[in-house]
This record gives sequence, structure tokens and C-alpha cells, in this order.
Amino acid sequence: MTTHTLSVLVENKPGVLSHVAGLFSRRAFNIASLAVGPTHDERVSRITIVVDGASTPVEQVSKQLEKLVRVLKVVELHDGAAVERELALIKVRADPALRGQLLEVAGVFGASVVDMSPTTLVLEAVSSPGKLDALLSMLDAYGTCELVRTGRIALARGAGVITDGSPALTAIPDHAGSAA
Amino acid sequence: MQELTGAQALVRSLEQQGVEVVFGLPGGTILPTYDPLLSSSLRHVLVRHEQGAGHAAEGYAWATGRPGVCMATSGPGATNLVTALSDAYMDSVPIVAITGQVGTGLIGTDAFQEADITGITLPITKHNELVTDVERIPAAIAEAFHIATTGRPGPVLVDVPKDVQQATAPWRTADGEWPPAMDLPGYQVPGPPSEAAIRAAISLLLQARRPVLYVGGGVIKSDSHADLLRLAELSQAPVTTTLMARGAFPDTHPLALGMPGMHGTYPAVAALQEADLIVALGARFDDRVTGKLADFAPRARIVHADIDPAEIGKNRKPDVAIAGDLRLTMAGLADALAVAVGDGGSRPDTADWLSILDGWKRQFPLRYSHHADGPLKPQYVTERLSAMTGGDAIVVAGVGQHQMHASQHYSFTKPRSWINSGGAGTMGFAVPAAMGAQVGRPGELVVAIDGDGCFQMTAQELATCAIEKIPIKVLIFNNGFLGMVRQWQELFYDERYSSVELGTAIPDYVKLAEAYGCVGLRCERPDEVDTVLDKALTRTDVPVVVDFRTHDREGVFPMVPAGRPNDEIVLGPEFSAEEQRAATRREMGI
Repeated sequence: MTTHTLSVLVENKPGVLSHVAGLFSRRAFNIASLAVGPTHDERVSRITIVVDGASTPVEQVSKQLEKLVRVLKVVELHDGAAVERELALIKVRADPALRGQLLEVAGVFGASVVDMSPTTLVLEAVSSPGKLDALLSMLDAYGTCELVRTGRIALARGAGVITDGSPALTAIPDHAGSAA
Repeated sequence: MQELTGAQALVRSLEQQGVEVVFGLPGGTILPTYDPLLSSSLRHVLVRHEQGAGHAAEGYAWATGRPGVCMATSGPGATNLVTALSDAYMDSVPIVAITGQVGTGLIGTDAFQEADITGITLPITKHNELVTDVERIPAAIAEAFHIATTGRPGPVLVDVPKDVQQATAPWRTADGEWPPAMDLPGYQVPGPPSEAAIRAAISLLLQARRPVLYVGGGVIKSDSHADLLRLAELSQAPVTTTLMARGAFPDTHPLALGMPGMHGTYPAVAALQEADLIVALGARFDDRVTGKLADFAPRARIVHADIDPAEIGKNRKPDVAIAGDLRLTMAGLADALAVAVGDGGSRPDTADWLSILDGWKRQFPLRYSHHADGPLKPQYVTERLSAMTGGDAIVVAGVGQHQMHASQHYSFTKPRSWINSGGAGTMGFAVPAAMGAQVGRPGELVVAIDGDGCFQMTAQELATCAIEKIPIKVLIFNNGFLGMVRQWQELFYDERYSSVELGTAIPDYVKLAEAYGCVGLRCERPDEVDTVLDKALTRTDVPVVVDFRTHDREGVFPMVPAGRPNDEIVLGPEFSAEEQRAATRREMGI
């Protein structure tokens, strides 16, 4: 079983997310992570979905996604060819005696302290999913009290743009990069 | 600019769209729209149950090729459409459903007769929309029809809250300017196929020694039966038409093999298994056709042409994929083959293959036993209907044994003469779908072949037919059982018949028909069939229901047990063990 990252441009309209998610649940796919947000064009949202599954059924889901009327574009982003990031907020136990060590660990991973109490710290970490996992396992030794992690977001490396060669997007007037 | 209520705009949009008939049933939240409907050019057929409206819209679309329209109120009215929407989605039938919804201020409050119908129908519609702005109504309706009828057709639902129907907005579309601007940036209608793919397909077809054209419902939906005939005759490839495609190719043609699949003819099933090339045209390698997928057509290369790119490679990986408009694909294939053959090129040499298939047709035909003194066989009734109508009727079926007997034993010669529930397998489809077909093609003979189980699920629409003067003929194959379920219990559950006996006498179908204002007839013996059929078919003023008391032990054969390889096809009790062995161990000389 491998992980697939799909980047989906959709019209920013009600019900689109449940339609997209429904296509995965219907085929018994587990969505490992999901991130949704607006793009630089307010009429368009971008959904990044990470799913576990074999390649053939994932390709089938992509084709089914392409058929949804409110879906503008679907691309699969492959490992290594895309920049991937997740954000985590971690509340970790920080007894005064261990606080210095803890800050050192945070510093190695580029995590910053965003809140502090006499016994805890809240760290903010932004990094690739793998590096984030490494940080979390380091922090376990100190006692993770609470963790919240966003869905993964990803962009292809290089000069290419998701809307390249997509007639769908030229139909949206003034869509950056396609209808100039 | 004229100021219209949302309801008026909705009805005018339907008029602009060219809709001639709406099947529906009013209720609280759709009432505003029923008011302007009264003074519109639209015919409204008042059904007795919304499911009937949905299937009638489907039957209308199957029979005419034009989108069917159904209308219902919110809550239970809308949920009663769900089965029909699911059916239309599975069989790619273009229908538009319009539902009332509770007022926008009440949505999400569990208001009276509220149901989240766009949420409920999300996975069973091609598209749906909750319209929250009265200004959007014309575009929403135009988009619904555009989406339902283009590309791979399918059902679209438009849900309109009551206050949106009551609000007003200027009507901005001038006469003759329909449709208004549509806002569908993510929706593309598939274009022509790639020429390279067409060439690749033709090259395989010219080399093939054992080709089969595997024809699905797409050929009927794209009106490309004429190109299919050309393609078949130029390539001399035999043709099998799926349950969705019966009538796309004349059963009377020497190249016709009949239906493939679980209850397909032996020549069709075996031809696919032995083929070296399968050209799939608007078909989707459904499990009822392939049997166990891994053992389907093991030696065949595959050309798969479909309008829906998601179907290509879904079940069977093709060697040549032709995605695009099927009508253009069919014309492209026939034209390219005509050029190849006409340029002094040699015709595909399929003579040996066709002679093997002819042998199979003679050796392993559809066979059933029939005696003049009974019992009455459903196959016999179907064959008599076929002969007496000359294949000219529009035949509509429900789901089960009667459906299979009808599809096997009626001789179909033209497209849009066979209507049934294929993918969804919706019992109760026949009566309302026949009603819709008859409305779409008045003056033609529409005959529903139905089972007694199916019939009782939607028989209430006989009232609609009688009152609206929709003179369908309903032939009930009354064996007193849920026959197909009984057959499976006989074969796979050790003859333990669990909850399948309906009884033949209750209801009394003749009296029931008469109670509904129809003519009721009964036929119990083979020698009465012609007389009764003649009586039924010649009544053109009222609906007719015939209670055929058919043999309760009759099965449907051939049969490939579910999930088994097609090579394990069972010919049935009419064939000897020796014949079955010969059928299973085919010797292929070529």
C-alpha cells in the first residue's frame, strides 16, 4: 500500500467538498489527510488529498473526480517532484529542569515556541511530513499533551503550474496563468 | 424587462428548453411552481407515486432520446424519486428532476417535509444543485439539461426552496436567445476521438481472425446504429448486443449473436471467450457480462471506445483506448474501415470464425420445452408477441426472469424498441417506464412485459395511464414467485425456498386492472395466447393488463453463475450432459 497525494482544483461552491470526499468513501479509500483552502482566485479552491491505496484504483478515483462538474483539475503529485508541508501545534510537558533541552530539540527542527506556561510549551512546527514525524517522536520522550496537525499541502517543484494545458481553466476569465 | 417569480421563471425555462411533458405530483414546497404550470404549454402527467414520475421520465428518455422531466415536493416527495435517479444514473439515462425544498430560512432545522435531497442524491446524480438565488433559476435549469444530455448522459436534480420560487427577478433572456449563459468551467463535453486511436483500432480489426463487436448502450444513446451496421458488414465481425443495447443491431442479421453475459446466448458468451479481438463500443465490461473478470476473454486484445474516459481501463485494460464522442468514433471507425477495404486492401478474413459461430448457433440455441396443452411458458408468450408485432413494438421490462426471457426471445430489429432497468435492476420499473415511453411515442405500440412481483411494486400508475389515456399493454408473467430469486434458491441454496412465494391468485390481476379502469384479460393455456394477445394489442383506447399464468418452475438459461468464469456457462435442463460437455470443451480449429 502506498500513499498518493492528489491536488484538486474545484469551484468554490457549496457541497463540492462532500462530493469529492464521497468519491473516496464510496470506494472504501481511507483519506489520510485533507486540506482545503482558497487560491489566489477567490472562485477557485484547492483541495489536497492524501490517500492510501494501490495505484490503479487511485487512478480510477482521479478519473471519477475529473468528471465532477465542479471539479476543474486533478493532478497527482509524486514524491520528490513536489514540495510537501504540514503544520503542527504541539503542547508538550516542559518541567523547568528539562525546558532547555526541549528548546534545543525544537531548535533543531526549526519549531518555534508560540505559548508557554509554568509546566508546558506549545510548539509550532512547519515541515515536510517525514521531518514532522521525527520531531513528534522526539517530543514523546518529554510528554506530548495535545497535538493538532493540518492536512498536507503540496505544490509541484519547478516552473510548471497545475493549470497548464487545461482548457477548463481558460473558461474562467482572468484566471492567473491561463487566460492572460 | 419582465419581472417573474422564481416559479414562473422555472416554468418558462422548461418551455424554453423545449420540454413538452412533466411527470410529477405536487405538495407543499413545490406549490408555487404548480401554479404557473397550469397556464403553461407543458403537459403535466399526475402520477400516483413519485417513483412512478421518475421511471416515467426515464421511459420517455429511453424511447425518444430526449430528456425526461419529473417533479416532486420536498421531503418524502423528493426521496421517492431516489430509486429512479439511481436507476437513471446506472443506465446513463438523461432525466432532470425538479424538487421543492423548504424555505431557505428553514433549511437545516428539521422543518416539516425537509430532506437534504442534494446530499442524499450526491452519489446517484451526474450533478445536482440547491438553487438559493432566484436570479439563477434560468441558468440552473439550462445547465441541468445541458449536463443531463451531453457527454455520458445522466440524471440531474435541481432543488428549489419555496421562498426562491416565490421571490421575483427580471427575466433577462430575450426570445430565441435560450440557453442563457452557463457557468460550468469544470464541465467539458468530450470531443472527437483521436485519429491515431481509430487507425490503431482498424489495424487490429484488419488482422483479427476471431473479432467480436461488443456493443453497449452507448451505441443507442449516440444514435450510431447505422454506423454499427456499416462497421459490422465491412469487417464481417459478429455482433453481440448487451442488455442495454438490444435493438442496436438487428437480431435478424446473420452477424448477430444476441446478448452476452450471465443469461446471454451460448454463441455470444463463447464468441467473447474465444475472440482474439474484442471491439467494445459504448459498453463497460460490467460484471454481468464478463463473469469472473480474470477469466474473461483470455486471448482477446481489446479496443475500448467510450465517451466516458473513466470507463476505459476500469475493469479490463484495453490495448487501444478510444475516448471521445461515440457517434464520431463509430463514424470514424466505419469510414476508416471503408477506406482501408476499398483501397484494394483485403477484407478481414473471418469466414472460418463465422462458420464456427453458425455451428454454435445451430448446436446451442435458446431452447425451452413447449407443449400445446401446457404448462404456459414465458418464452413462448414472448415469441408469439415478437411474431405478432413483427418486432415493431416498444418492449419495456422490469427486472427478473421475465426481463431475461423478454430480452432473449423477442427479436429486436431497431434501436429504442427495448427499455429496461439494467445496471440498477429496479423491480417495478416496467409499468411507469412504459407509461413514459407511450407519452413520448403516442400512437405506437408499447408493451410492458412484467413479473408479478415487479408489477405489484408500481401498479398504481395504471390509474394514471387510464385517466391520462396512455394505452400501454402490460403482460404479467404471473408465476406466483419472485422467480429469479426462486431460481437462485433452487440452484445455490439447496432448493430451500425462503420467502419467495407470492401466490398467483392474490391480487386478482383481472379485477385489479378493471378497478383501475383498464381492460383485464387472463391467459392460462398456450392455445389461448394468440387470441388473448390479439385482443390486448388491438385495444388502442385503454390500457390493457393480461395475467399470463406461466409455469412456476421455469428457469432462465443459459446461465453463468455469479462470480464464475464465463466458460462455466450452464446450458440448462433442455440440453443433455453430452451437449453440455461439448459446449464446455470447445475445440477451436482456428
